[in-house]
Amino acid sequence: MDGLDDIVEEFLVESHENLDQLDSDLVALEQEPNSRERLSSIFRTIHTIKGTSGFLAFNRLEEVTHVGENMLSRLRDGELALTPHRTTVLLQMVDTVRALLASIEASGGEGSVDVSAAVAAVTAAMEDAPAPAAAPVEATVEAPAEPVAAATATTTATTTATKPAAKPAAKTAPKTAAKAPAKRAPRGKAAVPAPAPVPADELIEDVTTPVPEIRSEEPTPEPTPDPALDATPDAPEQEAPAAEGTGGQPRRAVADSTIRVDVDLLDELMLLVGELVLTRNQIVQNVARQTDTDLIRASQRLNLIASELQEGVMKTRMQPIDHIWSKLPRVVRDLGANLKKSIRLEMEGRETELDKTLLEAVKDPLTHLVRNSVDHGIEAPEARKKVGKPAEGVLTLRARHESGQVVVEVADDGAGIDPQKVGAKAVERGVVTPEALARMSPQDILQMIFLPGFSTAAAVTNVSGRGVGMDVVKTNIESIGGTIEVESDPGIGTVCRLRIPLTLAIVPALTVECASDRYAIPQISLQELVSLDAEKAANAVEEVGGAQVYRLRGELLPLVRLTDVLGLTSERHDGHVVIAVLRSEGRRFGLVVDRVINTEEIVVKAVGGQLKQIGLYSGATVLGDGTVALILDVQALARRALRTETAERQESRASVSSAAAAETERQRMLLASIGGGRRVAIPLDTVTRLEQVRADAVEKVGNREVVQYRGAILPIVRLDRHLGAYGESDREVLEVIVYADSGRSVAIVVEEILDIVDGEAAVRSDIDDLGLLGSAVLGDRVTELLDVRAAILAADPAFYAGHAASSPDPATPAGVPGSYLEV
Amino acid sequence: MTLTTDSAADAVAPATSGQLATFRLDGDLYGVEVAHVQEVLRSQQLTRVPLAPSAVAGLINLRGQVVTAIELRERLGRPARPEGTDAVVIVVRLDGEAVSLLVDSIADVVDVDAADFEAPPDTLEGPARDLIRGAYKLDGSLLLALDVHKAVSA
Repeated sequence: MDGLDDIVEEFLVESHENLDQLDSDLVALEQEPNSRERLSSIFRTIHTIKGTSGFLAFNRLEEVTHVGENMLSRLRDGELALTPHRTTVLLQMVDTVRALLASIEASGGEGSVDVSAAVAAVTAAMEDAPAPAAAPVEATVEAPAEPVAAATATTTATTTATKPAAKPAAKTAPKTAAKAPAKRAPRGKAAVPAPAPVPADELIEDVTTPVPEIRSEEPTPEPTPDPALDATPDAPEQEAPAAEGTGGQPRRAVADSTIRVDVDLLDELMLLVGELVLTRNQIVQNVARQTDTDLIRASQRLNLIASELQEGVMKTRMQPIDHIWSKLPRVVRDLGANLKKSIRLEMEGRETELDKTLLEAVKDPLTHLVRNSVDHGIEAPEARKKVGKPAEGVLTLRARHESGQVVVEVADDGAGIDPQKVGAKAVERGVVTPEALARMSPQDILQMIFLPGFSTAAAVTNVSGRGVGMDVVKTNIESIGGTIEVESDPGIGTVCRLRIPLTLAIVPALTVECASDRYAIPQISLQELVSLDAEKAANAVEEVGGAQVYRLRGELLPLVRLTDVLGLTSERHDGHVVIAVLRSEGRRFGLVVDRVINTEEIVVKAVGGQLKQIGLYSGATVLGDGTVALILDVQALARRALRTETAERQESRASVSSAAAAETERQRMLLASIGGGRRVAIPLDTVTRLEQVRADAVEKVGNREVVQYRGAILPIVRLDRHLGAYGESDREVLEVIVYADSGRSVAIVVEEILDIVDGEAAVRSDIDDLGLLGSAVLGDRVTELLDVRAAILAADPAFYAGHAASSPDPATPAGVPGSYLEV
Repeated sequence: MTLTTDSAADAVAPATSGQLATFRLDGDLYGVEVAHVQEVLRSQQLTRVPLAPSAVAGLINLRGQVVTAIELRERLGRPARPEGTDAVVIVVRLDGEAVSLLVDSIADVVDVDAADFEAPPDTLEGPARDLIRGAYKLDGSLLLALDVHKAVSA
């Protein structure tokens, strides 16, 4: 079976079942020859086998089922009457089909089974009026050569020619094969190493030939059981050598080793196992408090068995991801040809298994992602050559198990996604405000491709780019409790990563306590836990514009207090902070809870409509001690908490006069002294370069100072003069901060560059002056926050004129320094 | 006396004969169709649901099944149950889904006669007006017929 294709295997299982049904149907049909229903059922079975065999290129199988189907359709339509003889030939046809299936099962090919006689018999029975059984069958072997010639020219001829020789052997062979596919199967393999080609078959035909021969000798044979019986004595002799030849070990036939089970039944089992797991949790928890060793031992066994049972039941629903991947090479090939792209598809981890339901659910999203990559990700061959990549693009599908989830990646080595383009598009579509965009990291910006109505494709092709798509993909993935994120390196490629739970019914979760209630957080979203004692928390949890953040290994992690989200009051007063670091949509955030209880397997229970509407809970579960706990929907939580916080921040900014200050607070700042002991902080992201310029290189244009710099004229503003802090101006080398935008640059001269600091811990005051946004304590000293815009305008009043539309504050009338309006 | 056999789902409050499971709430006697009632339980441990509508008292564990509990006092606009008194839980099954109602105490199952039925008095106001189909005039007391479907769609 190893060599068999999955499709063939499935076909065999299905056909064997159908054939069993067919036998009893045919016999029953004899009793009530006019049952249209039964005839239809038989017809359908044969039709199905015929269709599939044609598809799988089993030509002889197709041929024999084809004539059978013809006869059946005429019987069904009442053109022919069912006579015992016709029943016999139909059964004969069924036996031939069985023999073919057995051969396919054993060797993967049709082997040496001859179908011509069956075909002839059926054809003759169709032509003939009811006649005594013996005569016509005799005729079928000789006469049919003509009617069926077209279809079976070669085989028929051979059969007729070798008939005498074949007879003895033929008597038993096919029937035994049909009766006991398992044991006899190897023979086909031994006899016919190369199954498919007809000429090869012809040579062997005389050794093992078909059912029909027997029929012609035994005019009215018993349909099934008897031949098998009388076959038994000689069978072993024939079988033995062949069996040894193939290694002796009879394998379990496909049909015997698998069983079809209703998915509903599996669902039911899964549900029961879920309940068992819950009960197990309760018992284990209770027993932990007991001292009875026998009880403890029993509970440990229960624990083990329940886990294994759960795993086993889960396995019954598992299928390799290859089931849905196997369609994709074709998709990629066709699409690639369509778009004149050459693409190689690589697959890693195709044997990775996941729940059948989930598999079905990711099929469409995955196909969509692949189409997307082919269409938009991978460039045309010329474009690829231009940037020095091989003309052939590579699309890689990867699947693996990772901490109780399945991670599926669709990676291409295409052009990648440009965050700037995505950002611009988002602003254009009104999805995000320019201000909000400016604060987003490139990674966050990329995730916006999953927003509804968002397509970055320059052209709408018939493949994708209609603006429905990524958001649907995301919705679908989230509906099964999965997550999706995108990573992209412009010029190098894009990776879409799906994280899918192994199964829906039972999920590992972290239980936490918040305001004395317990909540479950699915572990699929959980990255790590951070616990801070009071002393540490006081330092490590910082505030940015009213929002709390924690510096996790140097990165700012926005904190969301679960109590705030839920409108509750925390009952933890000792200052300890417990943070569950969660990931949602490629962003991380920290959920502050009162305490972490433990991890346990929870069974997801649906909640009523009223609670679904709240949009914060994905369900509920019963914990080990019998109490109900709500399961937090991390995606919804992130969306709600992070968005409302952003909105609040924006509101507060609008109300505070020094609007830009709040923004600069969160940024990394360049600290510079400007003389007279004064220090200014300049947002680092407005700084293009730091340079040193010789003082004697400074020239004058009108009353402005300029310096030649990289072949251009760079206007200079001396910050000390601009801010009225006259320092010593006779230095030989000037420290210059170059700020560039849209091809224009200005140089800001400071006394000395001091440091780069994180500005978020700043304590800000409203004491300000012309050219400043305010002041703050940075590095233990009061530092002035520079109004960069005003400083730049002082150096080059026309600086923003060239691109007024994209200037930070379009409302500023031309020529009026922004500082007058902003401060 | 076989008149209408409509269920409470009917918008025009029908006079129904049959059996009502009755319970007490803030001094009044209410009834729900026996057919809807799955079981009656003593006070259960409730898991509160933050941000849920105020009438949702929480979730209870009904033999492994998670069931929403509706505080009927809140739903009917009555004052909260006095401290120290436990609610009784009536589990009703509607459209295959179990929902539970928190009431003060359970009373008898009463046979009612459609002839005794009267629409709610015009003076009845507030949330109760939508939830009460009408009243059966019993000897010495009024039995208010609760529209269960509306009551649980908090």
